[in-house]
Amino acid sequence: MANLIIAELEKSSLKSSVRQLITAANKLQGDNHLLLIGYQIGDALAQAKQLPGIKKILVVDNPALGDESPEKTTEIVLSIATNYSHILTPASAFGKNFLPRVAARLDMTQISDVIAIQDATHFSRPIYAGSLIADIEVTESIIPLTIRISAFDAVMGDEDNQAEITHLALPDLPQLSQRIALQLHESSRPNLDSAKIVVSGGRGLGSEENFHQLLEPLADKLSAALGASRAAVDLGYAPNDYQVGQTGKIIAPQLYIAVGISGAIQHLAGMKNSKCIVAINKDPDAAIFSIADYSLVGDLNEVVPELTSKL
Amino acid sequence: MKILVPVKRVLDYNIKPRAKSDGSGVELSGLKMAMNPFDEIALEEAVRLKEKNVATEVIAVSCGQVSSQDILRTALALGADRAILIETDYDLEPLAVAKCLAKLIDKEQPNLVICGKQAIDDDSNQTGQILAALLGWSQATFASKIEVTQDHLDVTREIDGGLETVHVSLPSVVTTDLRLNEPRFATLPNIMKAKKKPLETISAQSLQIDIAPRIRVLKVREPDPRPAGIKVDSVDTLIEKLKTDAKVIG
Repeated sequence: MANLIIAELEKSSLKSSVRQLITAANKLQGDNHLLLIGYQIGDALAQAKQLPGIKKILVVDNPALGDESPEKTTEIVLSIATNYSHILTPASAFGKNFLPRVAARLDMTQISDVIAIQDATHFSRPIYAGSLIADIEVTESIIPLTIRISAFDAVMGDEDNQAEITHLALPDLPQLSQRIALQLHESSRPNLDSAKIVVSGGRGLGSEENFHQLLEPLADKLSAALGASRAAVDLGYAPNDYQVGQTGKIIAPQLYIAVGISGAIQHLAGMKNSKCIVAINKDPDAAIFSIADYSLVGDLNEVVPELTSKL
Repeated sequence: MKILVPVKRVLDYNIKPRAKSDGSGVELSGLKMAMNPFDEIALEEAVRLKEKNVATEVIAVSCGQVSSQDILRTALALGADRAILIETDYDLEPLAVAKCLAKLIDKEQPNLVICGKQAIDDDSNQTGQILAALLGWSQATFASKIEVTQDHLDVTREIDGGLETVHVSLPSVVTTDLRLNEPRFATLPNIMKAKKKPLETISAQSLQIDIAPRIRVLKVREPDPRPAGIKVDSVDTLIEKLKTDAKVIG
């Protein structure tokens, strides 16, 4: 049996998370097939042909599929799902939205947020916001998995994979929902999900103004993404989608710089697997220091500008 | 409009969860339990829709052991009109919960289900979507705003990189994100009143569906600890360490 990887697209291009999905799929048995769903996705197809470890690319390119509707995505996946032993997609807002629908219609049990794959039936996943890990066994005939992207390395290399390309017939699509507005934060910064360096701010910044005035120049210097704690988001210092934590984004960049963040459990759950953590806080007892590689106790209003100017 | 709100009894979010010493599961005995925080938000939204005369009835449902009656009483104190416990001793997986709810929905015929986007114990983030699929209904997950029009909802969703607004047909399943609302606290008079509201118990067995677990939990364990870090006394030392030891900046 083969593994079906359902890639997430951004506009018409492939998101980089597809490379971590391939690494995850390679830990299972069988060939990897890649499914691309969207409208005017020629760029994504061109990129897919360069991905290592893909034997077959399945494409559905149709005007009805431009808005990532979970009801429609589900029908497309179901039209081929029974050919596969495993179905993999990112544990992102995109993947979490539709994959449980697929699992339900197949009467199979989905495994969410997989952080390790031992073999085709053994997986590890975090529970209680990562406070605990469950090692589990599932032996069903089709296993839908959402993959925590930050827990897997990206597969490297660009080569013509000679994959067979199949355009799928469009199944009957339900008209249950439609997108009527999409407001994305336009930014020249890297995505929080995939950035190598993240500069993140908390309550200690004190104001929205300070958040931007102190952290943006530092992020610019480091070509970093900006993040925030839930406290900072709730106080209006930063928009919702900056939130790193149990209920926000779960990330693992090479370098995470936590500025004025105390380190609530729910925040740590979102960033504690970062390769290197720097914490800057004036409170020497802040919980964030317990997981930081480098702790700097000091006034962020002095430390951050100094750091920015010396980098 | 009739609204069904599924609620789950979970370990109180203030308590640090620990694995049982034999690794067979999570230690829950003797610890404070509470309603899943995302479900509180779902219930609050349903009660507000009733207060605006958009909803006519709010029904809280829980699937689990008889002990889940305590959070159903809380739901009644917070404004649900009646409550139903689907009782079982099984540790239900999302698919099983959704199947129980789908059976109940056949009987109760609500137009809208509002539930939490995930439970803070197993963090699956599946039940709402599964339920919508089993029923053939529309869904709107991770809602931060719900507007009810005649036979549709306009729901603003929190997605990666921003917000999406979807127009979904009713009946529908909506799952709540954190910023949808701030749930109220139960007042003493309402807690007293809740004692008189109806709380019905149905045995899961009587629904005649397969709710046996399909996932075998081999071990629950603590994550690997991070190696201890060091304190740096100046920005210069920090930059030096990041360049030469961690090698994460150029």
